[in-house]
Amino acid sequence: MKEEDRLQERPPIEDFLRMDRIPHIWCPGCGIGTVVTSFAEALKKSELDLDKVAILSGIGCTGRVAGYVKLDSIHTTHGRALPVATGLKLANPELKVVVFSGDGDIAGIGGNHFIHAARRNMDILIICVNNFNYAMTGGQVAATTPIDANASTAPYGNFEYPFSLPYLAEASGATYVARWTALHLRRVTKSIQEALGKRGFSFIEVITPCVTLYARRNRLGDGLNLLKYYYEKSEIQHGADTRTLDISYQGKLIVGKFVDKEKPTFLDCMNEHLGKVLGDKYQPYGVYHDGD
Amino acid sequence: MKYFGDLKEKKGEIHIIKDRCKGCGFCVEYCPKDVLEMSEEFNIKGYHPPRIKNEDECLYCQLCETICPEFSIYVTLKKEEEKGEKGESRP
Repeated sequence: MKEEDRLQERPPIEDFLRMDRIPHIWCPGCGIGTVVTSFAEALKKSELDLDKVAILSGIGCTGRVAGYVKLDSIHTTHGRALPVATGLKLANPELKVVVFSGDGDIAGIGGNHFIHAARRNMDILIICVNNFNYAMTGGQVAATTPIDANASTAPYGNFEYPFSLPYLAEASGATYVARWTALHLRRVTKSIQEALGKRGFSFIEVITPCVTLYARRNRLGDGLNLLKYYYEKSEIQHGADTRTLDISYQGKLIVGKFVDKEKPTFLDCMNEHLGKVLGDKYQPYGVYHDGD
Repeated sequence: MKYFGDLKEKKGEIHIIKDRCKGCGFCVEYCPKDVLEMSEEFNIKGYHPPRIKNEDECLYCQLCETICPEFSIYVTLKKEEEKGEKGESRP
């Protein structure tokens, strides 16, 4: 948007939101709203046709995003945002499919869908907002809760090994993997913009503060303290080995863009394989050229 | 302050939707020019919204707009009769 087009009366982001649903339910100090703004900026800058962007969410605090943005959106059942996104992409390969969901939804409940979508290299962008617990249901231990952190189902501290999501994504076959914290505003925007222009399974993890549950149970202060703390503890290492990205409680966070490679997507592989086997009988599916 | 040629810094005008604010303080903390401060007044929800301290300092970087989780603050470009050539600033 050009500066001259900005209206005096209302925020420019309102074009992007369903204003009848605002104010949203997120707690004061939660970072999800910031990530939504970054996503909106990235969409604006990427100049995609917004009628050809679909956004999907599962359940959870971040799962509300699909209801708040004014794009074609689906709010799916818990953990099943990725299978629905896969189906959507295959039914209409023209769409740019974005999954906006939380860590509990993508890595916890829907963990199996995540690794299989990555394995097939579906052309989907995933923005995973990681707040280290299942926030909406009351702060239970999630697949990403660091060891020793306190949660409502671990009153003496967590003793389970957590997932390192970038490592999981790369090992499963993702073609774009990045991790940022919510305060890296411009970098998140740029990363999303870059991933929107890419074909293949892209995964962006954004670490955000959870004030009401994670911060309160661990006595880490309010949202501002946590936002600042995550930013200060983060260290940008582009292209770092994803095996080194474990998050420890109160430890260092390595952020950056770790993987960016080209690989044929699911549809490319299908067309190539079936074209080879069936010959002229086969008509390639989902191949669009400019101007079609 | 000296500028190259006729370049001039941009000036922003800040708009705050007070009743949508939840008082998290992100904009106040991270404004690079310390334009905002927390106010003592209450909004309709009972939070303290930010208040503009010195708008002349605002350079239209739009950081407050991007960081605000409630979509309740935004900046527009201040119209001025500018002599100089327009500087290219973010974003």
